[in-house]
Amino acid sequence: MAITADQIKWIAHLSRLELKPDELIAASTQLSSILNYINQLQEVNTDHVEPLAHALDVCNVFRDDVLKESLNVNEALANAPDRQGNFYGVPAILE
Amino acid sequence: MSTVTSKLTEKTAAELIQIQAKGEANAETITKAFLETIKAKDPKVKSFLLVNEEAALTTARLIDSKRSKGEKLGPLAGVPIAVKDNICTKGTPTTCGSKMLEHFIPPYDAHVTEKLHHADAVILGKTNLDEFAMGSSTENSAYQTTRNPWNLDCIPGGSSGGSAAAVAACEAPISLGSDTGGSIRQPASLCGIVGLKPTYGRVSRYGLVAYASSLDQIGTFSHDVTDTALLLNVIAGKDNRDSTCTSTEVPDYTANLELPIKPFTIGVAREYFAGGLDAEVEKSVREALNVLKSKGATIKEISLPHSTYAVATYYLVATAEASSNLARYDGVHYGHRSKDHKNLIDMYCKSRGEGFGAEVKRRILLGNYSLSSGYIDAYYLKALKVRRLIRDDFDKAFADCDVIAGPTAPTCAFRIGEKSSDPLSMYLSDIYTISCNLAGIPGISIPCGFNSKNLPIGLQLLGAPFSEEKLLHIARTYEKETSWHLKRAQIP
Repeated sequence: MAITADQIKWIAHLSRLELKPDELIAASTQLSSILNYINQLQEVNTDHVEPLAHALDVCNVFRDDVLKESLNVNEALANAPDRQGNFYGVPAILE
Repeated sequence: MSTVTSKLTEKTAAELIQIQAKGEANAETITKAFLETIKAKDPKVKSFLLVNEEAALTTARLIDSKRSKGEKLGPLAGVPIAVKDNICTKGTPTTCGSKMLEHFIPPYDAHVTEKLHHADAVILGKTNLDEFAMGSSTENSAYQTTRNPWNLDCIPGGSSGGSAAAVAACEAPISLGSDTGGSIRQPASLCGIVGLKPTYGRVSRYGLVAYASSLDQIGTFSHDVTDTALLLNVIAGKDNRDSTCTSTEVPDYTANLELPIKPFTIGVAREYFAGGLDAEVEKSVREALNVLKSKGATIKEISLPHSTYAVATYYLVATAEASSNLARYDGVHYGHRSKDHKNLIDMYCKSRGEGFGAEVKRRILLGNYSLSSGYIDAYYLKALKVRRLIRDDFDKAFADCDVIAGPTAPTCAFRIGEKSSDPLSMYLSDIYTISCNLAGIPGISIPCGFNSKNLPIGLQLLGAPFSEEKLLHIARTYEKETSWHLKRAQIP
């Protein structure tokens, strides 16, 4: 199954990933060959098989709702590319 | 380098503990010996992204002073260790081998890092990996290509190639890695050392940078099985900060290792000896099975009929999870932000386009494609159903067998650059390791020979969930009969 450069462009946009023209071409060839390989899954009969998202039989692990110490503001912001006071700086959202 | 220090660096962790107890060398001398070895060998091997010499020596001196005062010491007191650079170390850069996290300094320690500190281990530094643990050769690191200590023209395997090469090159006696589809067992096999991927949920993933959360598991590298048990004792157990980490009891994994073993059954899956398996690898693995037979094992031929679909299943499940896990790299909270952008969306796209390497981009694209409207049923959901069939195969097999044995990897280490232009052929080097992560079971690779080019070969043993004790006992039973684990790579 071939995946076109236009499809890759759309997926890259959804992925918020800027690709250079050569990356786009490479991705379309490589992903087509990977998808071809993956298509062998279609031969497996999975009627009446429940999907398995997780190997462990655990669900809804709760903890007591108690206050605990967490990172302080300085620690939390220490790696921010753009710190503005006690906030993360971002480019304008409303234009 | 003096012979005394080079001898120290060839020791196992258990031996280094003994040496200190007898007063033959202290933690500072031992740590210095490993730091010297790193200085001498790492320009060639390139295992480490960062060596924390000062912190290591400070810790070592502190342990020596505690010992001299007769204070209680942890189970890994004075034992140097290397840590894969996707495991958070507070105050010490953690790059994941990515430009995205080039300047990232974690504000907290991973659970396993805390455990190492409490055990009085000496962290030497952070080791190289394929970017965000995505790869099988460590060539996908944004910083350097790690070399195989047995042949510097070959890859060490991956993604935990730096941690595997560090132990094989005697730059550290033990190390930590992570295994999502074989990233501990495959490099252990290719580097001639022991590598353990514990059961999913056995070791907390808190502070392990997420790649594919339902598959990722932290595990160990060492020269022998005893050290694997020692290190697993330290890192295993409940942690409330990882809700998938279970409270299953942690036994002393070293306790049974030397005891005689009761008769046991080894399953040999015919699918693991099919086309694509190198003849020399097959020969060594078959010889290893004979050794186990001589120690009381019954060999039973089994079938894991869906294992041929494991690689295809994995590359849908892992990339789907990766595409959502890596959405956090937005150029806002931490990580790389592009300097040149028109608006918010453009800033996201450029920051991620500049920060991620080719393989990471490929996996994000594949993941989002398989999750996108119109494709999710045919790809992602289909993969989850096949995943259940793969686990059912194992459940059936473990009803009759104690372990499943086979090759860890289809070939020995390949040459640098040999597979880097063909992602699919690279993916297939994980063909025997990948189903273990999909099923969540434990797996270990132990050295079982060398090919005609003196490259190591690994035997993989897989066990039922939480059967690490039995797995290690059987591995140790094999190891005692052989001397592969005593060999050390000589670096020119």
